[in-house]
Amino acid sequence: MNGFLSKEEWKKRLNRRLFINRIFYILFFAATTIGLIFLAMLLYRVLTQGIGYLSWDFIKGFPAPYPEEAGIFAGMIGSVYLIAIVAPVSLVLGVSTAIYLEEYAPKNRISRFIQGNIQNLAGVPSIVFGLLGLTFFVYIMDFGYSLLAGGLTMSLLVLPIIVVAAQEAIRSVPNELKEASYGMGATKWQTILRVVLPASIPGILTGSILALSRAIGETAPLLIVGAAAAIYSLPDSLLGPYTAMPIQIYSWVSRPGEEWPLVAAAGIIVLLIVLLLMNAVAVFIRNKFQKRY
Amino acid sequence: MDTSSTIKKKTLDVQEKIRQNKEKQKVLRKLEKVVPAFLLLCAGFSVITTAGILFTLLKEAIGFFGVVPLNEFFFNTSWRPWSGSFGVLPLITGTLLITLIAILVALPLGIAAAIFLSEYASARVRKMIKPTLEVLAGIPTVVYGFFALTFVTPVLEKLIPDLQIFNALSAGIVVGIMIIPMVASLSEDAMNAVPNSLREGAMAMGSTKFEVAMKVVLPAAFSGVVASIVLAISRAIGETMIVTIAAGQSPNFTFDPTMSIQTLTAFIVQGTSGDTTYGSTIYYSVYAVGITLFVFTLAMNLLAQYIARRFREEY
Repeated sequence: MNGFLSKEEWKKRLNRRLFINRIFYILFFAATTIGLIFLAMLLYRVLTQGIGYLSWDFIKGFPAPYPEEAGIFAGMIGSVYLIAIVAPVSLVLGVSTAIYLEEYAPKNRISRFIQGNIQNLAGVPSIVFGLLGLTFFVYIMDFGYSLLAGGLTMSLLVLPIIVVAAQEAIRSVPNELKEASYGMGATKWQTILRVVLPASIPGILTGSILALSRAIGETAPLLIVGAAAAIYSLPDSLLGPYTAMPIQIYSWVSRPGEEWPLVAAAGIIVLLIVLLLMNAVAVFIRNKFQKRY
Repeated sequence: MDTSSTIKKKTLDVQEKIRQNKEKQKVLRKLEKVVPAFLLLCAGFSVITTAGILFTLLKEAIGFFGVVPLNEFFFNTSWRPWSGSFGVLPLITGTLLITLIAILVALPLGIAAAIFLSEYASARVRKMIKPTLEVLAGIPTVVYGFFALTFVTPVLEKLIPDLQIFNALSAGIVVGIMIIPMVASLSEDAMNAVPNSLREGAMAMGSTKFEVAMKVVLPAAFSGVVASIVLAISRAIGETMIVTIAAGQSPNFTFDPTMSIQTLTAFIVQGTSGDTTYGSTIYYSVYAVGITLFVFTLAMNLLAQYIARRFREEY
């Protein structure tokens, strides 16, 4: 042997390498589908369990001590009220922050600090926001276990997500548009208000709807700031008690008995339908109005 | 006579216009000063939120450590807050156990999915699979908790007969599935950033696709992949509803995944539920646990940012 591979040896090695390549192709594909299979199983399971309890009475009904009479109406309305607080608060704060960071912020340490702070805030577990809300809104501001405390806590939770989405949308507006506006003699704020914002609104809306859909499904912080599990009327004021869809579902899941999981599944179907609709709207806005420059 | 009066009126009009314009300019100039100040104020809210989190956690936790000494909190191995023993170790081991199981699920599946999407899949297939995979990230965690308790646990019970109804294994697996999209999506971004010239170079040397993926793309995207895993760990540590529903409320000091455990997050839910009164030791202990959780996740997030920044390969 002179250090070279014989032809047979070479062929053997090549075939082995090609074989490994083939095997791992299949393995990688299988690994990718496991997540999808899991998703399909989850949806199938929820649908088959919950469909029996899903009825008009369930949608119009209030929580009840018996599974046959329980309904999710209070949860749905509570979630709507929550979003009615979260959307304006987090949108105003979030979009303003994004405009400041993208258009006004000087490149200095303070701006970098604010930016890094938002990144870290996005990584704080939602339950810690719940603790903040419990101390600050429930006890210090004395809102109690109220709709307002829940809504403000949720606003802070989704704020970083909205900021990041709005920043991306604003950043994608091309410089030529801004320069044209300045060239016409517009001031900076006029340019932002009449050129940058209109051009970035589809992106901001898409990101915000996705952020709000996260707020709709979020359970842990609401548990901490005291959303009620059993409530027999709709909230009548900002300081009134309230509930939300995921809170209802959690209270049903954790009840003993054969029937309650089925009620929970019916609640999950309603929650998933709401989320699906919101995501569909977001995708629609993105496809319909978003321009690529 | 008639014309001169119209001319006079017109000059007056023009003067009026100029005056109005000046007025408008003044408002605009004022706006240019007021608006950035208002926007900066809004941007300040995120900083205030962070300060608020730190302040509330620290304030109440200090109240707690006035009653329970630090070394009992960190070295006592029993967490029975209602009978007065506050050793946080069982909660930490519970959290670590869940995180370990979740990562064992999400690490291979997530990275394999990332390699498949970035190296093997055609553009059409990727466009179909990636959004579907990301649906997993959009499903509320309470739904995962329901699924873990009513489906995964019964299935596992058939394989492991002495499994407890509430157990770490089922919750950990489901948390792992939940964080797959995070690992897959961030890792795939990192792999996509590897320039094609590197792949083509390896291909030209006769490498198979698998060899390109493992010996060229994965090492080149390594920092991004590691950062995605660290972020996923942080998510798993902070996950609340799945573990509250499926892993139980019994703070056992154990690493046995078939047992019921309690995580840091699950205790916070338990400790703030209805019957805890404001100012009691239990109330304060929630914040001591909260700050422990916060420190863990913050460390993970900072580590991920550091890895992504420090070890990034520039092409």
